[in-house]
Amino acid sequence: MAGMERKPYYPPDLRYTREHEWVRLLEDGTALVGITFFAQDQLGDVVFLNLPPPGTRLTHMGKMGEVESVKAVSDLFSPLSGEVVEVNREAVEHPEVVNADPYGRGWLVKLRPSNLQEMDALLTAQEYEAYIAGKG
Amino acid sequence: MSNAPPPLLRTCLYSEHLALGAKMVPFAGWEMPLQYVGILAEVRAVRTASGVFDVSHMGRIRVEGVGAGPLLARLLTHDAQALRPGRARYGFLLNPQGGIIDDTILYRLGEERYLLVCNAANRLTVLAWLQRWAEGFPPLAIRDETLATAMVAFQGPEAFGKAVSLAPVEGLRPFGAWEGALPLGGHSVPALVGRTGYTGEDGVEWVLPAEAGPFLWRALRGLGGQPCGLGARDILRLEAGLMLHGTDIDPSTTPLEAGLERFVDLQREGFLGREALLAQKEAGLGRRLVGFVLRERGIPRHGYPILHNGTVVGTVTSGGFSPTLGKDIGMGYVHPSCAAPGTPIEVEIRGRAVPGEVVPLPFYTRRRPETR
Repeated sequence: MAGMERKPYYPPDLRYTREHEWVRLLEDGTALVGITFFAQDQLGDVVFLNLPPPGTRLTHMGKMGEVESVKAVSDLFSPLSGEVVEVNREAVEHPEVVNADPYGRGWLVKLRPSNLQEMDALLTAQEYEAYIAGKG
Repeated sequence: MSNAPPPLLRTCLYSEHLALGAKMVPFAGWEMPLQYVGILAEVRAVRTASGVFDVSHMGRIRVEGVGAGPLLARLLTHDAQALRPGRARYGFLLNPQGGIIDDTILYRLGEERYLLVCNAANRLTVLAWLQRWAEGFPPLAIRDETLATAMVAFQGPEAFGKAVSLAPVEGLRPFGAWEGALPLGGHSVPALVGRTGYTGEDGVEWVLPAEAGPFLWRALRGLGGQPCGLGARDILRLEAGLMLHGTDIDPSTTPLEAGLERFVDLQREGFLGREALLAQKEAGLGRRLVGFVLRERGIPRHGYPILHNGTVVGTVTSGGFSPTLGKDIGMGYVHPSCAAPGTPIEVEIRGRAVPGEVVPLPFYTRRRPETR
């Protein structure tokens, strides 16, 4: 179910896009990508994910797929350039985990970034919160 | 001159919705709850227990007087004069071309007293349509009671059993209606209870003075009714194969094209649109509304093309993920050659052709039908 009764949260160790994706760098050099609390809350119950298969080359802020809720369809954009190495099967088969745990079990794709300098163009948690404050 | 849109209307339950944390959205000129806890959870509540909906935005028009029955018999596809007092019936107001001006529920409350419930978006159109034809049927009074009354739906397998603790409606059959006084908020309140709804579940709909609306709302919540918004209502009605006017049917579509002939008494002479329907039946239909299920994941939405063997044969009117069936479902108009259940189709979802097949409507039928 959508997170009406939960408080918004934006982990400080992540970076964010203005299109409401987050990215987390992992120690093995890969990165997880998902959508933010704000995004899942605005969408409502997520019912379908169209994600790029492993091997797909993504570009910084290029379209990488779609997320559909009961209400609407929304494009997904990749925070970083790189190659998809894994898709979260649990999220594909049970899209409700994106609402329930957007930064944990609800991650969408794992990619191998090709240009980490692109991180500088992304927002910190503080910047992202300020950005969405004008949108709520 | 200002180009600002007119302010949205609010129902008497507006502050109840805000207190429950509802997401409010504009809908047909009203500010209505889209969801409270989440659309899928609300759908589940109605399919397994009970849900309560503010449907006060629906139009409620009283038609009374000697001319009421004859006027409604002229304008509706069923015979209002054959309807027994205490009964309700689904039907259509048609234009002379047979197109659907609105779909309605007509309650006959007494010999010369009727309540017509129409869609929120069509309320003023329906009102003007009734008034336009009223001159030929005196004496007659037409009153729009929408703003002065509340309408609340209480739906789900547990709803009717719980409703009898608030009103003496044990003997009410489907499409039956009870009128009487109810004790609510320390007052005796005149109310109408109909065993009707728009979810595919058993349940009741209440009409009562707007001031009493919040008391009924809280009483139904106290009986365990999960507040449900427009989002859940749209999925529930789609699963039940029920039409949404303005989306699945409109003044350019006829009941025959929409597969709704069972609500039209074509034998009965004298109702508006009949000749056009008879002519259309004679000439053959150019399109038919069908239900379909997708075999691969994808959400069909209004306006998406429907294909058969790579050729566009129609258009989606409604669609979405059905949580009750666990499938992506939809409705749309297709060429009659593709209307038979089992016909393979594809829906083009933003450039991706997703395979599916035509299925009979409704998608969902409740397991334990109540006695009729």
